[in-house]
Amino acid sequence: MQHFLRKTVAVFESLGDRSLDSFERLGRSTLFLVRVFKSIPFVFLRPWLLIQQLYSVGVLTIVIVLVAGTFVGMVLGLQGYNILVRFNSESSLGTMVGLTLVRELGPVVTALLFAGRAGSALTAELGLMKTTEQFSALEMMAVDPFKRVIAPRFLAGFLSMPMLAAIFSAVGIYGGYYVGVYLLGVDDGAYWAQMQKSVDFHEDFMNGVWKTVVFGFVATWIALFEGYDSVPTSEGIGRATTQSVVNASLAVLGLNFILTALMLETS
Amino acid sequence: MKSPLVEITKLSFNRGSRIIFNNVNLDIERGKITAIMGPSGTGKTTLLKLISAQLEPTVGSIMVDGQNIHGLDQEELFEMRKRMGMLFQSGALLTDLDVFDNVAYPLREHTRLDERMIRYLVLIKLHAVGLRGAAQLMPSELSGGMLRRVALARAIVLDPMMILYDEPFSGQDPISMGVLMKLIKTMNDNLGLTSIIVSHDVNEVSAIADYIYIISDGQIMDQGTPAELEETASEWAKQFLKGLPDGPVHFHYPALDYAIDLFEIS
Repeated sequence: MQHFLRKTVAVFESLGDRSLDSFERLGRSTLFLVRVFKSIPFVFLRPWLLIQQLYSVGVLTIVIVLVAGTFVGMVLGLQGYNILVRFNSESSLGTMVGLTLVRELGPVVTALLFAGRAGSALTAELGLMKTTEQFSALEMMAVDPFKRVIAPRFLAGFLSMPMLAAIFSAVGIYGGYYVGVYLLGVDDGAYWAQMQKSVDFHEDFMNGVWKTVVFGFVATWIALFEGYDSVPTSEGIGRATTQSVVNASLAVLGLNFILTALMLETS
Repeated sequence: MKSPLVEITKLSFNRGSRIIFNNVNLDIERGKITAIMGPSGTGKTTLLKLISAQLEPTVGSIMVDGQNIHGLDQEELFEMRKRMGMLFQSGALLTDLDVFDNVAYPLREHTRLDERMIRYLVLIKLHAVGLRGAAQLMPSELSGGMLRRVALARAIVLDPMMILYDEPFSGQDPISMGVLMKLIKTMNDNLGLTSIIVSHDVNEVSAIADYIYIISDGQIMDQGTPAELEETASEWAKQFLKGLPDGPVHFHYPALDYAIDLFEIS
């Protein structure tokens, strides 16, 4: 009986410890974000720091976005045609591909790719800088690492995401066009005309843009915080990188549901 | 007598429930090389981090050049740190910059010198550590000893009043060790610096230090000039300085009686 009680108490203790750890991390991540916000004005004084990061966070992610966008668009064309042709409405393929990409898949898949490629790279880079005492070295040189290292990366991630999502949607639409029009024989004019008629700038396009803004903010925040807060060992960097991708992906999927519900509610 | 550059008074520092320092008093004289020695894990690096305000003491005060370093706001602390250099154990060079840019980094951040002047100053500092020819190499292309020499050039580029060395000799081959010893000594004497070296390399430190503190278990176990410590009466300090395997610090970690443990005799 006593053994059972001890075990039960231990379970609750461990649960309590984990909850306290989670709250503590949440607090630390919030303070981290506040320091990032305070450091952002400095980035505008040294714009080359931002340009360097826009290249490594944004430009280097374009290839993966182009390839993924093309294939997703092609699959949408294929699946969409096979569903629509049953109702003799294959001419609406452009509408389906356009709406699906602009409202949902463009922002969400780009954010997942961003978390996997740019987010993991940011986490690993910051983790390595911490392990090799580069943050401490900067502080000892009287340089604030938030201004010099973290804020430019945050801004670059935040600005890159909407542009990457736009590229993803654009190539996806062409992927769908290639499969639908060239391979399956959907009318060229109908594909574009239906899309133009049905995709609304405010209701559809801008909703997608708002999602990318939120996803870019959250994915970059998580990636940078995980790297900055990592345990300074090789194992710690590995764990932080995994956590960064998992947490950012789950946050994007969860937020996508909430944002979609809010947008449908207000439309 | 000149006032000490660093005055540590009644310093206590805990990590969770573990006591790292307990009521430590310690002075660092201006213009001298002071060594902080002790076994691994006794908090030598922690002491450097406390002196440079990377960590806050639990109790006590640390005065650096007459100012309570933990009472400064960030701007004042950064002003103070411009007058301090620190050589990290790993070198801590910025891995995305080459040797030249690493050394130039503090100058570009804190001065408005033109590039010609920056080049001039960087090459002088690199020449002083013997690495002018390695200016265009990346940190990944340097050996451990070269990394520390570049880090030393970077630490002195703003002409600080004090340099903190964290285990400068660990993992170095005899030649690199000799080079680093010579550099630390000549830099200190020629540039009028104050140097604090944290290390457990007894012979190397004794050869260049003016004064040595030996710390363990959160306290100063012994102190004095290298010559005074050679004649120390403290058994603990003798064991540490001579590297004896047994003495006040036992060879065996506390355990049950050997026979009882082996045969599980209860």
